[in-house]
Amino acid sequence: MSGFEDFWAIYGNVVLTLGTNSLLALSIWLTLACGMLAMANAAFMGIGAYAAALLTMNYEASFPVALAGGMVAPALVAALIGLPTLRLSGVYLAMATLGFGEVVRVTILNTESLTGGALGLNGIPQLTQWWHVVLAVVLVLLVLWRVRRSKVGRAFDAIRGDETAAGLMGIDVRSTKMLAFVAGAAIAGLAGALNAHLTFFIGPGEYGFDRGVEILTMAILGGIGGLAGPVIGACILTVLPEALRGFSDFRLVVNGLILVLIVLFLPQGIWDPARFSRWLRKGGRRHA
Amino acid sequence: MLEQQFVNALSLGCVYALFALGFTLIFGVLGVINLAHGAVFMVGAYAALVVVANLGLPLWAALVAAMLVAGLLGAVIDRLVLKPLRRRNAPHLIPMIATIGVAIVLNNAAQAFFGAGNLRFPFGTVPEGVLTVAGLHVTVIELGIILLSFALMAVLMIVMRRTQFGRALRAIAESPKAAWLLGINVERLFLTTSFAAAALGGVAGVLIGLYANALYPLMGQPMLHKGIAVVILGGMGDIRGAMLGGLFLGFAEVLSVAYVGSTMRDAVAFGLLFLILLVRPQGLFGKVVQRKA
Repeated sequence: MSGFEDFWAIYGNVVLTLGTNSLLALSIWLTLACGMLAMANAAFMGIGAYAAALLTMNYEASFPVALAGGMVAPALVAALIGLPTLRLSGVYLAMATLGFGEVVRVTILNTESLTGGALGLNGIPQLTQWWHVVLAVVLVLLVLWRVRRSKVGRAFDAIRGDETAAGLMGIDVRSTKMLAFVAGAAIAGLAGALNAHLTFFIGPGEYGFDRGVEILTMAILGGIGGLAGPVIGACILTVLPEALRGFSDFRLVVNGLILVLIVLFLPQGIWDPARFSRWLRKGGRRHA
Repeated sequence: MLEQQFVNALSLGCVYALFALGFTLIFGVLGVINLAHGAVFMVGAYAALVVVANLGLPLWAALVAAMLVAGLLGAVIDRLVLKPLRRRNAPHLIPMIATIGVAIVLNNAAQAFFGAGNLRFPFGTVPEGVLTVAGLHVTVIELGIILLSFALMAVLMIVMRRTQFGRALRAIAESPKAAWLLGINVERLFLTTSFAAAALGGVAGVLIGLYANALYPLMGQPMLHKGIAVVILGGMGDIRGAMLGGLFLGFAEVLSVAYVGSTMRDAVAFGLLFLILLVRPQGLFGKVVQRKA
């Protein structure tokens, strides 16, 4: 047992970060599954983190209430900005959502009285237990797994395949997209709220451009063909820098190289159901 | 006072424009959102620093070296990363993710070799003098930035508009496949474009390094964010738009610092970007791409 305790004392934070990162990757998977490249998830994570942290610190809300607040706040914001932005498509949607993310960051920086500005929020009570994170990941996976097999999930697939055709088949494209966007924001907010009550401190710099890109990388690297992909991607991006400690100064250089190599040799992502079935059919013969 | 701000805004806007030109060139011709452009910009700046500080050569040699080093780096990225992905018909987001990996490698390699702290160009790299033109104070650096940027932009415009090479590039931007069928060597032009775009980024890196007098491994990241804003403002892939967008952002930032407050500087850039996208999704100068059934 003490072996496990030692392990947990050293790597507990990494394991819990695995969980929150998986949530983030799943949150962007939801919009990607609907064919939208929306990159506001880091901002939604930040909104969730600040909302939840302020609820527990200033209003002494209980932890479930704080978590709920951390999900509702970004979902509301997503519904508001979704109305105009979801008309955009492709790169323009990505850029508008990235721009929105920067607006959120600068807003947090400039509302010192509420958010502590650049200094961030300090002394957030550490309420997140390991099983909270596990439960959240399992619940989100279950819900998404059910959604994929439902009418809504098929609507996502249809919209990703061809938006115009999906509309002609009677799918309400706008509200389906909005649903994916808002639900993704709520999941990202949950990740932020859990993370805030884990790390004791949050600051505006954590939710910027780089975090947004990292979330996207986790999902794409893992593969967006199934739910396992984003979780695998999140695990790789979280564990890799830790596993490469031996390279000291060149640790992140090697980390970047590995990312490039994965993308070069597995352009469909690591978890690619189509490739697996091809392997089975062709008796394991590789066919790129 | 206002006129003085005008000079600051013009020099800052010129650097933004130079940086955004490379970014938009890659997007327009290769169709890739190159998130390694900020890292290439940083490599250009460090290359110039090594030439000036360690080899003791004059600034013009450093500028040439920065262009060559950054340009070659861009060409290598195209050969080793983007070309294999093109050949494998990778989905359209994959090249972008690959350039993120490249940026991580370059940023951290710079940190490992040069340290995380700020480095400076040695004193006297650029003459310290201040010129007074029509009552305006212009430092030599600012004047140099403005002249060099406009010269490079003019060269690029002439190449794109007037030469066979530019026509071929515009054909590829329309459709690489059609260009290939017309007998254009698409792969070679991709390589040349990568070189030219990265070289422009490298020069922008040197100019910012001189202007702010600080080089650090992550200096490309804020620039990359602004470059994206500029390119969106001007319309993705539009060369003229990138120039005007860069100048526009320079003016918006300098005026907001002067009249609103320095903390709102970044909010101005991205708030503007967000608003413009809502009103004109194709950017200020972009064309609407109609989807044909």
